[in-house]
Amino acid sequence: MIHVLQPGLFTTVQDNGRWGYQRFGIPVAGPMDRVSHRLANLIVGNRASCATLEVTLAGPRLEFQRDLRFAVSGAEFELFLDGTPLSMDAAQPVRSGQCLAFGRRQRGARAYVAVAGGIEVPLVLGSRATHVASRMGGFRGRALAAGDVLAVGATVERRARPGRRSMPASGTAGRVRVLPGPDAERFGALGAAVLAAAEYRVGAASDRMGYRLDGPALDQAGPELPSCAVPAGAIQVPPSGEPIILMADRPTSGGYPRIGTVITADIPVLAQMAPADRVAFETCNLETAMQALIAQERALLA
Amino acid sequence: MSDWRLLHVGDASVVVEFERRIDPAVNARALAVGAAIRSARHPGVHDVVEGYCSVTVAFDPLRTAVEPLIADLEAAADRAPLADTEAQEVTLPVCYGGRHGPDLGAVAAFAGCSETDVVTLHAGATYRVYMLGFLPGFAYMGTVDPRIAAPRRSRPRLRVPAGAVGIAGFQTGIYPLAAPGGWNLIGRCPVRTFDLEAQRPFLLQPGCSVRFQAITEAEFRQSETTEA
Repeated sequence: MIHVLQPGLFTTVQDNGRWGYQRFGIPVAGPMDRVSHRLANLIVGNRASCATLEVTLAGPRLEFQRDLRFAVSGAEFELFLDGTPLSMDAAQPVRSGQCLAFGRRQRGARAYVAVAGGIEVPLVLGSRATHVASRMGGFRGRALAAGDVLAVGATVERRARPGRRSMPASGTAGRVRVLPGPDAERFGALGAAVLAAAEYRVGAASDRMGYRLDGPALDQAGPELPSCAVPAGAIQVPPSGEPIILMADRPTSGGYPRIGTVITADIPVLAQMAPADRVAFETCNLETAMQALIAQERALLA
Repeated sequence: MSDWRLLHVGDASVVVEFERRIDPAVNARALAVGAAIRSARHPGVHDVVEGYCSVTVAFDPLRTAVEPLIADLEAAADRAPLADTEAQEVTLPVCYGGRHGPDLGAVAAFAGCSETDVVTLHAGATYRVYMLGFLPGFAYMGTVDPRIAAPRRSRPRLRVPAGAVGIAGFQTGIYPLAAPGGWNLIGRCPVRTFDLEAQRPFLLQPGCSVRFQAITEAEFRQSETTEA
Protein backbone atom coordinates (compact mmCIF):
# COMPACT_ATOMS: atom_id res chain seq x y z
CA MET A 1 0.00 0.00 0.00
CA ILE A 2 1.06 3.56 -0.65
CA HIS A 3 -0.31 6.36 1.48
CA VAL A 4 -0.56 9.73 -0.29
CA LEU A 5 0.59 12.34 2.22
CA GLN A 6 0.58 15.16 -0.34
CA PRO A 7 -0.74 14.67 -3.86
CA GLY A 8 1.44 17.18 -5.73
CA LEU A 9 -0.09 19.41 -8.40
CA PHE A 10 -1.72 16.76 -10.56
CA THR A 11 -0.77 13.13 -10.01
CA THR A 12 -2.71 10.39 -11.81
CA VAL A 13 -2.51 6.63 -12.27
CA GLN A 14 -1.62 5.78 -15.89
CA ASP A 15 -0.95 2.63 -17.86
CA ASN A 16 -0.47 2.24 -21.62
CA GLY A 17 -3.96 3.55 -22.27
CA ARG A 18 -7.53 2.44 -22.85
CA TRP A 19 -7.29 1.19 -26.41
CA GLY A 20 -10.01 -0.53 -28.38
CA TYR A 21 -13.03 1.62 -27.47
CA GLN A 22 -12.48 4.82 -29.41
CA ARG A 23 -15.33 3.87 -31.74
CA PHE A 24 -17.60 4.23 -28.71
CA GLY A 25 -16.14 7.60 -27.85
CA ILE A 26 -13.86 6.34 -25.07
CA PRO A 27 -10.66 8.43 -24.93
CA VAL A 28 -7.34 6.55 -24.80
CA ALA A 29 -5.63 8.50 -21.95
CA GLY A 30 -2.38 6.80 -20.80
CA PRO A 31 1.01 8.38 -20.12
CA MET A 32 1.90 11.69 -21.75
CA ASP A 33 5.56 10.57 -21.92
CA ARG A 34 5.33 6.94 -23.00
CA VAL A 35 9.12 6.48 -22.90
CA SER A 36 9.68 7.61 -19.30
CA HIS A 37 6.64 5.62 -18.13
CA ARG A 38 8.09 2.50 -19.74
CA LEU A 39 11.58 3.15 -18.45
CA ALA A 40 10.34 3.41 -14.86
CA ASN A 41 8.50 0.10 -15.28
CA LEU A 42 11.54 -1.57 -16.85
CA ILE A 43 13.81 -0.42 -14.03
CA VAL A 44 11.70 -2.04 -11.30
CA GLY A 45 11.15 -5.19 -13.38
CA ASN A 46 7.50 -4.60 -14.20
CA ARG A 47 5.78 -5.79 -17.31
CA ALA A 48 4.93 -3.03 -19.79
CA SER A 49 1.22 -3.10 -18.92
CA CYS A 50 1.76 -2.04 -15.29
CA ALA A 51 0.37 1.27 -14.08
CA THR A 52 2.62 4.05 -12.76
CA LEU A 53 1.95 7.41 -11.17
CA GLU A 54 2.29 10.37 -13.53
CA VAL A 55 3.52 13.41 -11.63
CA THR A 56 3.00 16.89 -13.09
CA LEU A 57 5.23 19.95 -12.40
CA ALA A 58 5.10 19.60 -8.60
CA GLY A 59 5.50 16.18 -7.08
CA PRO A 60 3.80 14.29 -4.25
CA ARG A 61 4.90 13.00 -0.85
CA LEU A 62 4.24 9.28 -0.54
CA GLU A 63 4.55 6.91 2.40
CA PHE A 64 5.16 3.27 1.54
CA GLN A 65 3.22 0.93 3.77
CA ARG A 66 5.04 -2.22 2.79
CA ASP A 67 8.50 -3.27 1.65
CA LEU A 68 8.92 -2.84 -2.07
CA ARG A 69 11.11 -1.22 -4.67
CA PHE A 70 10.35 1.76 -6.81
CA ALA A 71 11.92 4.02 -9.44
CA VAL A 72 11.26 7.53 -10.72
CA SER A 73 11.92 8.46 -14.35
CA GLY A 74 11.09 11.36 -16.63
CA ALA A 75 11.27 15.00 -15.58
CA GLU A 76 14.20 15.73 -13.26
CA PHE A 77 13.13 16.40 -9.72
CA GLU A 78 15.06 16.49 -6.46
CA LEU A 79 14.02 13.33 -4.65
CA PHE A 80 14.32 12.47 -0.99
CA LEU A 81 13.80 9.21 0.86
CA ASP A 82 13.24 10.07 4.52
CA GLY A 83 15.17 13.28 3.85
CA THR A 84 18.14 11.65 2.13
CA PRO A 85 18.73 12.68 -1.51
CA LEU A 86 18.00 9.97 -4.02
CA SER A 87 18.84 9.54 -7.69
CA MET A 88 16.33 9.13 -10.45
CA ASP A 89 16.19 6.18 -12.84
CA ALA A 90 17.38 3.62 -10.29
CA ALA A 91 15.58 0.81 -8.51
CA GLN A 92 15.30 1.81 -4.87
CA PRO A 93 14.31 -0.71 -2.20
CA VAL A 94 12.25 0.71 0.66
CA ARG A 95 10.96 -0.55 3.97
CA SER A 96 7.44 -0.11 5.15
CA GLY A 97 7.10 3.34 6.74
CA GLN A 98 9.65 5.09 4.54
CA CYS A 99 8.63 8.25 2.77
CA LEU A 100 9.40 9.53 -0.74
CA ALA A 101 9.27 13.29 -1.18
CA PHE A 102 9.58 15.20 -4.43
CA GLY A 103 11.57 18.43 -4.17
CA ARG A 104 12.36 21.07 -6.74
CA ARG A 105 11.78 20.40 -10.42
CA GLN A 106 14.91 20.99 -12.47
CA ARG A 107 13.97 20.00 -15.99
CA GLY A 108 10.97 18.59 -17.81
CA ALA A 109 7.32 18.54 -16.75
CA ARG A 110 6.26 14.98 -15.97
CA ALA A 111 7.85 12.22 -13.90
CA TYR A 112 6.72 8.63 -13.46
CA VAL A 113 6.81 6.63 -10.24
CA ALA A 114 6.83 2.89 -10.84
CA VAL A 115 6.57 0.43 -7.97
CA ALA A 116 7.42 -3.24 -8.41
CA GLY A 117 4.10 -4.98 -9.05
CA GLY A 118 2.46 -1.87 -10.45
CA ILE A 119 -0.16 0.45 -9.01
CA GLU A 120 -3.26 -1.65 -8.51
CA VAL A 121 -6.56 0.03 -9.34
CA PRO A 122 -9.58 -1.64 -10.96
CA LEU A 123 -9.45 -2.25 -14.69
CA VAL A 124 -12.05 -0.19 -16.53
CA LEU A 125 -12.59 -1.39 -20.11
CA GLY A 126 -9.27 -3.18 -19.88
CA SER A 127 -7.15 -0.30 -18.60
CA ARG A 128 -6.07 1.41 -15.38
CA ALA A 129 -5.45 4.77 -17.05
CA THR A 130 -7.12 7.81 -15.50
CA HIS A 131 -9.24 10.05 -17.73
CA VAL A 132 -10.24 12.86 -15.44
CA ALA A 133 -12.68 14.61 -17.80
CA SER A 134 -14.91 11.53 -17.98
CA ARG A 135 -14.05 10.45 -14.40
CA MET A 136 -12.96 7.08 -15.72
CA GLY A 137 -10.27 4.66 -14.56
CA GLY A 138 -7.33 5.29 -12.25
CA PHE A 139 -8.02 6.03 -8.61
CA ARG A 140 -11.76 6.82 -8.54
CA GLY A 141 -11.49 8.57 -11.90
CA ARG A 142 -9.57 11.53 -10.51
CA ALA A 143 -6.17 12.93 -9.62
CA LEU A 144 -4.74 11.78 -6.29
CA ALA A 145 -5.66 13.62 -3.10
CA ALA A 146 -4.06 13.66 0.36
CA GLY A 147 -5.16 10.63 2.35
CA ASP A 148 -5.65 8.31 -0.63
CA VAL A 149 -4.29 4.81 -0.16
CA LEU A 150 -3.12 2.97 -3.28
CA ALA A 151 -2.81 -0.79 -3.54
CA VAL A 152 0.27 -2.37 -5.13
CA GLY A 153 0.17 -5.44 -7.36
CA ALA A 154 1.85 -8.65 -6.29
CA THR A 155 3.36 -10.02 -9.47
CA VAL A 156 6.80 -8.97 -10.63
CA GLU A 157 8.00 -10.35 -13.91
CA ARG A 158 11.72 -9.74 -13.94
CA ARG A 159 14.54 -8.69 -11.74
CA ALA A 160 15.19 -5.00 -11.45
CA ARG A 161 17.70 -3.76 -13.98
CA PRO A 162 20.26 -1.02 -13.70
CA GLY A 163 18.68 2.28 -14.59
CA ARG A 164 19.94 5.01 -16.82
CA ARG A 165 18.85 8.44 -17.96
CA SER A 166 16.68 8.50 -20.97
CA MET A 167 14.37 11.42 -20.55
CA PRO A 168 13.82 12.83 -24.01
CA ALA A 169 16.26 15.66 -24.57
CA SER A 170 14.13 18.76 -24.54
CA GLY A 171 15.25 21.50 -22.22
CA THR A 172 13.08 24.54 -22.70
CA ALA A 173 13.55 24.99 -26.45
CA GLY A 174 12.25 21.72 -27.75
CA ARG A 175 12.32 20.89 -31.42
CA VAL A 176 9.75 18.36 -32.54
CA ARG A 177 9.39 16.66 -35.89
CA VAL A 178 6.12 16.77 -37.77
CA LEU A 179 4.63 14.77 -40.62
CA PRO A 180 2.59 17.18 -42.77
CA GLY A 181 -1.05 16.60 -43.57
CA PRO A 182 -3.66 15.47 -44.07
CA ASP A 183 -5.19 18.96 -44.42
CA ALA A 184 -1.94 20.87 -44.96
CA GLU A 185 -3.06 22.15 -48.36
CA ARG A 186 -5.74 24.29 -46.71
CA PHE A 187 -3.00 26.40 -45.17
CA GLY A 188 -1.14 26.94 -48.44
CA ALA A 189 2.61 27.27 -48.82
CA LEU A 190 2.58 30.10 -46.30
CA GLY A 191 1.06 27.94 -43.57
CA ALA A 192 3.76 25.31 -43.95
CA ALA A 193 6.46 28.00 -43.97
CA VAL A 194 5.06 29.67 -40.85
CA LEU A 195 4.86 26.40 -38.98
CA ALA A 196 8.41 25.48 -39.95
CA ALA A 197 9.98 28.86 -39.20
CA ALA A 198 8.02 30.22 -36.27
CA GLU A 199 8.68 29.59 -32.66
CA TYR A 200 5.69 28.88 -30.50
CA ARG A 201 5.27 28.78 -26.78
CA VAL A 202 3.29 26.21 -24.86
CA GLY A 203 0.19 28.12 -23.74
CA ALA A 204 -0.99 28.43 -20.16
CA ALA A 205 -4.19 26.48 -20.87
CA SER A 206 -2.25 23.39 -21.97
CA ASP A 207 -3.01 20.13 -20.22
CA ARG A 208 -3.20 16.39 -20.78
CA MET A 209 -5.94 16.93 -23.34
CA GLY A 210 -3.98 19.24 -25.58
CA TYR A 211 -1.24 21.84 -25.87
CA ARG A 212 -2.41 25.25 -26.99
CA LEU A 213 0.35 27.10 -28.76
CA ASP A 214 0.99 30.83 -28.51
CA GLY A 215 2.56 32.24 -31.67
CA PRO A 216 1.74 33.18 -35.24
CA ALA A 217 -1.80 32.32 -36.30
CA LEU A 218 -2.23 29.94 -39.22
CA ASP A 219 -4.78 31.10 -41.79
CA GLN A 220 -6.80 28.58 -43.69
CA ALA A 221 -9.43 28.31 -46.37
CA GLY A 222 -11.98 25.60 -46.98
CA PRO A 223 -15.32 24.23 -45.87
CA GLU A 224 -15.99 22.67 -42.46
CA LEU A 225 -14.94 19.04 -42.16
CA PRO A 226 -17.09 16.15 -40.94
CA SER A 227 -15.70 14.85 -37.62
CA CYS A 228 -13.32 11.92 -37.62
CA ALA A 229 -10.88 10.18 -35.27
CA VAL A 230 -7.71 12.04 -34.31
CA PRO A 231 -4.41 10.54 -33.15
CA ALA A 232 -2.11 11.88 -30.44
CA GLY A 233 0.22 14.54 -31.79
CA ALA A 234 -2.25 15.83 -34.38
CA ILE A 235 -1.86 19.60 -34.79
CA GLN A 236 -5.38 20.92 -35.21
CA VAL A 237 -6.06 24.47 -36.26
CA PRO A 238 -9.43 25.94 -35.27
CA PRO A 239 -10.74 29.02 -37.14
CA SER A 240 -8.90 31.31 -34.66
CA GLY A 241 -5.66 30.07 -36.27
CA GLU A 242 -4.03 29.12 -32.96
CA PRO A 243 -2.74 25.56 -33.23
CA ILE A 244 -3.63 22.90 -30.66
CA ILE A 245 -1.61 19.69 -30.38
CA LEU A 246 -3.77 16.82 -29.20
CA MET A 247 -2.28 14.82 -26.34
CA ALA A 248 -3.11 11.74 -24.24
CA ASP A 249 -6.54 12.79 -22.92
CA ARG A 250 -7.83 14.09 -26.29
CA PRO A 251 -11.44 13.36 -27.19
CA THR A 252 -11.68 10.54 -29.72
CA SER A 253 -12.83 12.71 -32.59
CA GLY A 254 -12.27 16.16 -33.92
CA GLY A 255 -13.41 18.28 -36.78
CA TYR A 256 -10.69 20.91 -37.16
CA PRO A 257 -8.24 20.77 -40.06
CA ARG A 258 -4.94 19.10 -39.28
CA ILE A 259 -1.84 20.82 -40.62
CA GLY A 260 0.43 18.01 -39.42
CA THR A 261 1.08 15.38 -36.77
CA VAL A 262 4.00 15.21 -34.34
CA ILE A 263 5.88 11.93 -34.84
CA THR A 264 5.42 9.27 -32.15
CA ALA A 265 9.09 9.42 -31.14
CA ASP A 266 8.82 13.16 -30.34
CA ILE A 267 5.54 13.18 -28.40
CA PRO A 268 7.51 12.50 -25.18
CA VAL A 269 9.58 15.63 -25.92
CA LEU A 270 6.36 17.65 -26.00
CA ALA A 271 5.09 15.87 -22.90
CA GLN A 272 8.11 17.17 -21.00
CA MET A 273 7.33 20.78 -21.89
CA ALA A 274 5.62 23.07 -19.44
CA PRO A 275 3.58 26.20 -20.14
CA ALA A 276 5.80 29.03 -21.51
CA ASP A 277 8.42 26.59 -22.86
CA ARG A 278 9.42 27.21 -26.47
CA VAL A 279 8.63 24.72 -29.19
CA ALA A 280 9.75 24.68 -32.81
CA PHE A 281 8.67 22.36 -35.59
CA GLU A 282 10.63 20.58 -38.25
CA THR A 283 8.96 18.76 -41.14
CA CYS A 284 10.11 15.21 -41.80
CA ASN A 285 9.01 12.12 -43.72
CA LEU A 286 7.59 8.76 -42.62
CA GLU A 287 10.94 7.02 -42.96
CA THR A 288 12.64 9.46 -40.59
CA ALA A 289 9.75 9.09 -38.16
CA MET A 290 10.15 5.31 -38.13
CA GLN A 291 13.92 5.45 -37.79
CA ALA A 292 13.58 7.78 -34.82
CA LEU A 293 11.07 5.45 -33.17
CA ILE A 294 13.23 2.36 -33.74
CA ALA A 295 16.31 4.15 -32.36
CA GLN A 296 14.30 5.20 -29.30
CA GLU A 297 13.11 1.62 -28.75
CA ARG A 298 16.67 0.28 -29.06
CA ALA A 299 17.92 2.79 -26.50
CA LEU A 300 15.14 1.85 -24.12
CA LEU A 301 15.79 -1.88 -24.36
CA ALA A 302 19.60 -1.70 -24.52
CA MET B 1 -11.15 5.84 -60.61
CA SER B 2 -11.75 5.24 -56.94
CA ASP B 3 -13.87 7.63 -54.94
CA TRP B 4 -11.93 7.33 -51.71
CA ARG B 5 -8.43 8.18 -50.60
CA LEU B 6 -5.93 6.76 -48.19
CA LEU B 7 -4.34 9.24 -45.79
CA HIS B 8 -1.47 8.87 -43.38
CA VAL B 9 -2.16 10.90 -40.27
CA GLY B 10 1.14 10.81 -38.44
CA ASP B 11 3.12 7.57 -38.19
CA ALA B 12 0.61 5.68 -36.06
CA SER B 13 -2.64 5.91 -38.01
CA VAL B 14 -3.98 5.50 -41.51
CA VAL B 15 -7.35 6.72 -42.70
CA VAL B 16 -9.63 5.69 -45.53
CA GLU B 17 -11.70 8.71 -46.40
CA PHE B 18 -14.72 8.67 -48.66
CA GLU B 19 -16.41 11.76 -50.02
CA ARG B 20 -16.49 14.44 -47.31
CA ARG B 21 -20.24 14.37 -46.99
CA ILE B 22 -22.71 13.52 -44.25
CA ASP B 23 -24.74 10.88 -46.00
CA PRO B 24 -26.03 7.45 -44.89
CA ALA B 25 -24.64 5.73 -48.00
CA VAL B 26 -21.16 7.21 -47.48
CA ASN B 27 -21.26 6.35 -43.77
CA ALA B 28 -22.35 2.78 -44.58
CA ARG B 29 -19.24 2.34 -46.71
CA ALA B 30 -17.03 3.59 -43.89
CA LEU B 31 -18.69 1.11 -41.52
CA ALA B 32 -18.15 -1.75 -43.98
CA VAL B 33 -14.42 -0.95 -44.20
CA GLY B 34 -14.27 -0.71 -40.41
CA ALA B 35 -15.91 -4.11 -39.96
CA ALA B 36 -13.59 -5.72 -42.53
CA ILE B 37 -10.43 -4.36 -40.87
CA ARG B 38 -11.58 -5.31 -37.39
CA SER B 39 -12.18 -8.89 -38.49
CA ALA B 40 -8.79 -9.06 -40.24
CA ARG B 41 -7.11 -8.66 -36.81
CA HIS B 42 -3.82 -7.18 -37.94
CA PRO B 43 -1.22 -7.47 -35.16
CA GLY B 44 -0.50 -4.15 -33.47
CA VAL B 45 -3.78 -2.50 -34.44
CA HIS B 46 -5.14 -0.67 -31.38
CA ASP B 47 -8.38 0.82 -32.64
CA VAL B 48 -10.59 1.00 -35.71
CA VAL B 49 -12.71 4.15 -35.50
CA GLU B 50 -15.51 5.14 -37.83
CA GLY B 51 -16.20 8.78 -38.58
CA TYR B 52 -18.98 10.31 -40.68
CA CYS B 53 -17.22 9.43 -43.91
CA SER B 54 -13.95 7.84 -42.82
CA VAL B 55 -12.33 4.97 -40.98
CA THR B 56 -9.23 5.59 -38.89
CA VAL B 57 -6.97 2.69 -37.98
CA ALA B 58 -4.72 3.48 -35.01
CA PHE B 59 -1.77 1.14 -34.57
CA ASP B 60 1.56 0.63 -32.84
CA PRO B 61 4.09 1.47 -35.58
CA LEU B 62 6.66 -0.87 -34.00
CA ARG B 63 4.36 -3.89 -34.09
CA THR B 64 2.35 -3.38 -37.25
CA ALA B 65 3.21 -4.39 -40.78
CA VAL B 66 1.79 -1.28 -42.41
CA GLU B 67 1.92 -2.46 -46.03
CA PRO B 68 -0.42 -5.46 -45.62
CA LEU B 69 -2.70 -3.32 -43.45
CA ILE B 70 -2.94 -0.70 -46.19
CA ALA B 71 -3.49 -3.37 -48.85
CA ASP B 72 -6.40 -4.75 -46.82
CA LEU B 73 -7.83 -1.27 -46.30
CA GLU B 74 -7.64 -0.52 -50.00
CA ALA B 75 -9.31 -3.79 -50.93
CA ALA B 76 -12.06 -3.18 -48.35
CA ALA B 77 -12.61 0.37 -49.60
CA ASP B 78 -12.91 -0.86 -53.20
CA ARG B 79 -15.54 -3.44 -52.35
CA ALA B 80 -17.42 -1.38 -49.73
CA PRO B 81 -21.06 -1.65 -50.77
CA LEU B 82 -23.09 1.41 -51.60
CA ALA B 83 -26.21 -0.14 -50.10
CA ASP B 84 -26.70 0.08 -46.36
CA THR B 85 -26.85 -3.08 -44.30
CA GLU B 86 -29.81 -3.72 -42.07
CA ALA B 87 -29.37 -1.69 -38.92
CA GLN B 88 -30.25 -2.44 -35.35
CA GLU B 89 -33.27 -0.33 -34.36
CA VAL B 90 -33.55 1.34 -30.99
CA THR B 91 -36.53 3.30 -29.68
CA LEU B 92 -35.75 5.73 -26.89
CA PRO B 93 -38.35 7.50 -24.73
CA VAL B 94 -38.00 11.27 -24.35
CA CYS B 95 -39.82 13.64 -22.05
CA TYR B 96 -39.83 16.85 -24.10
CA GLY B 97 -39.90 20.42 -22.82
CA GLY B 98 -40.49 21.76 -19.33
CA ARG B 99 -37.60 21.30 -16.89
CA HIS B 100 -36.10 18.68 -19.21
CA GLY B 101 -35.99 20.82 -22.35
CA PRO B 102 -34.96 24.38 -21.46
CA ASP B 103 -34.21 25.21 -25.12
CA LEU B 104 -37.42 23.81 -26.64
CA GLY B 105 -38.84 27.35 -26.79
CA ALA B 106 -35.72 28.69 -28.49
CA VAL B 107 -35.83 25.91 -31.11
CA ALA B 108 -39.53 26.65 -31.70
CA ALA B 109 -38.67 30.33 -32.15
CA PHE B 110 -35.90 29.37 -34.60
CA ALA B 111 -38.37 27.20 -36.54
CA GLY B 112 -41.20 29.72 -36.31
CA CYS B 113 -43.58 27.06 -35.04
CA SER B 114 -45.02 25.83 -31.76
CA GLU B 115 -43.15 23.67 -29.23
CA THR B 116 -45.57 20.84 -30.02
CA ASP B 117 -44.58 21.05 -33.69
CA VAL B 118 -40.89 20.79 -32.76
CA VAL B 119 -41.64 17.64 -30.75
CA THR B 120 -43.67 16.19 -33.62
CA LEU B 121 -40.85 16.85 -36.07
CA HIS B 122 -38.12 15.52 -33.77
CA ALA B 123 -40.00 12.38 -32.73
CA GLY B 124 -41.39 11.82 -36.21
CA ALA B 125 -38.10 10.94 -37.89
CA THR B 126 -35.74 7.97 -37.82
CA TYR B 127 -32.13 8.90 -37.15
CA ARG B 128 -28.92 7.21 -38.05
CA VAL B 129 -26.04 6.91 -35.60
CA TYR B 130 -23.17 8.10 -37.80
CA MET B 131 -20.41 7.91 -35.23
CA LEU B 132 -19.61 8.15 -31.53
CA GLY B 133 -17.29 10.73 -30.03
CA PHE B 134 -17.08 13.94 -27.96
CA LEU B 135 -17.91 12.05 -24.74
CA PRO B 136 -17.85 8.32 -23.85
CA GLY B 137 -20.88 6.80 -25.54
CA PHE B 138 -22.03 10.03 -27.21
CA ALA B 139 -23.72 9.17 -30.53
CA TYR B 140 -23.88 11.73 -33.30
CA MET B 141 -27.28 11.16 -34.93
CA GLY B 142 -28.82 12.77 -37.96
CA THR B 143 -30.27 14.29 -39.73
CA VAL B 144 -32.92 16.45 -38.08
CA ASP B 145 -35.60 18.19 -40.10
CA PRO B 146 -34.02 21.39 -41.49
CA ARG B 147 -36.81 23.47 -39.92
CA ILE B 148 -35.62 22.60 -36.39
CA ALA B 149 -31.88 22.39 -37.14
CA ALA B 150 -31.02 25.22 -34.74
CA PRO B 151 -27.31 26.01 -34.38
CA ARG B 152 -25.45 25.43 -31.11
CA ARG B 153 -26.06 27.88 -28.28
CA SER B 154 -23.63 30.78 -28.32
CA ARG B 155 -22.84 30.09 -24.67
CA PRO B 156 -22.37 26.43 -23.77
CA ARG B 157 -23.85 25.31 -20.46
CA LEU B 158 -21.38 24.35 -17.76
CA ARG B 159 -23.40 21.28 -16.90
CA VAL B 160 -25.81 19.31 -19.00
CA PRO B 161 -27.37 16.33 -17.19
CA ALA B 162 -27.01 12.73 -18.36
CA GLY B 163 -29.88 11.79 -20.66
CA ALA B 164 -30.39 15.31 -22.02
CA VAL B 165 -31.52 15.25 -25.65
CA GLY B 166 -30.16 18.03 -27.80
CA ILE B 167 -30.04 19.48 -31.29
CA ALA B 168 -26.96 21.06 -32.90
CA GLY B 169 -27.66 21.98 -36.50
CA PHE B 170 -28.59 18.85 -38.45
CA GLN B 171 -27.40 16.63 -35.58
CA THR B 172 -29.21 15.29 -32.57
CA GLY B 173 -27.77 13.43 -29.59
CA ILE B 174 -28.21 12.26 -26.01
CA TYR B 175 -25.69 13.26 -23.33
CA PRO B 176 -24.38 9.94 -21.95
CA LEU B 177 -23.13 11.57 -18.75
CA ALA B 178 -23.26 14.97 -17.11
CA ALA B 179 -20.89 17.29 -18.98
CA PRO B 180 -20.54 20.84 -20.25
CA GLY B 181 -22.24 21.29 -23.59
CA GLY B 182 -23.60 23.72 -26.15
CA TRP B 183 -26.42 21.76 -27.77
CA ASN B 184 -30.03 23.01 -27.62
CA LEU B 185 -31.70 20.87 -24.98
CA ILE B 186 -35.23 19.89 -25.93
CA GLY B 187 -35.93 16.95 -23.64
CA ARG B 188 -34.53 14.16 -21.52
CA CYS B 189 -34.33 10.41 -21.97
CA PRO B 190 -34.60 8.25 -18.82
CA VAL B 191 -32.62 5.40 -20.44
CA ARG B 192 -28.82 5.57 -20.01
CA THR B 193 -27.01 5.12 -23.32
CA PHE B 194 -23.68 4.57 -21.56
CA ASP B 195 -23.37 2.50 -18.39
CA LEU B 196 -20.17 0.70 -17.46
CA GLU B 197 -22.10 -1.46 -14.99
CA ALA B 198 -24.53 -2.68 -17.64
CA GLN B 199 -24.07 -5.89 -19.57
CA ARG B 200 -23.91 -3.79 -22.73
CA PRO B 201 -22.10 -0.59 -21.73
CA PHE B 202 -22.84 1.07 -25.07
CA LEU B 203 -26.46 1.06 -26.14
CA LEU B 204 -25.75 2.71 -29.48
CA GLN B 205 -23.14 2.04 -32.10
CA PRO B 206 -22.38 3.43 -35.54
CA GLY B 207 -25.05 2.36 -38.02
CA CYS B 208 -27.89 2.04 -35.48
CA SER B 209 -31.34 3.43 -36.32
CA VAL B 210 -32.90 5.47 -33.53
CA ARG B 211 -36.45 6.69 -33.02
CA PHE B 212 -37.61 8.91 -30.19
CA GLN B 213 -40.95 8.38 -28.52
CA ALA B 214 -42.51 11.25 -26.59
CA ILE B 215 -43.42 10.36 -22.99
CA THR B 216 -45.09 12.35 -20.23
CA GLU B 217 -43.46 13.65 -17.06
CA ALA B 218 -45.27 10.91 -15.09
CA GLU B 219 -43.90 8.24 -17.43
CA PHE B 220 -40.43 9.78 -17.13
CA ARG B 221 -40.55 9.58 -13.34
CA GLN B 222 -41.88 6.05 -13.58
CA SER B 223 -39.05 4.80 -15.77
CA GLU B 224 -36.45 6.65 -13.67
CA THR B 225 -37.70 4.79 -10.62
CA THR B 226 -37.62 1.50 -12.50
CA GLU B 227 -34.04 2.19 -13.56
CA ALA B 228 -32.90 2.86 -10.00
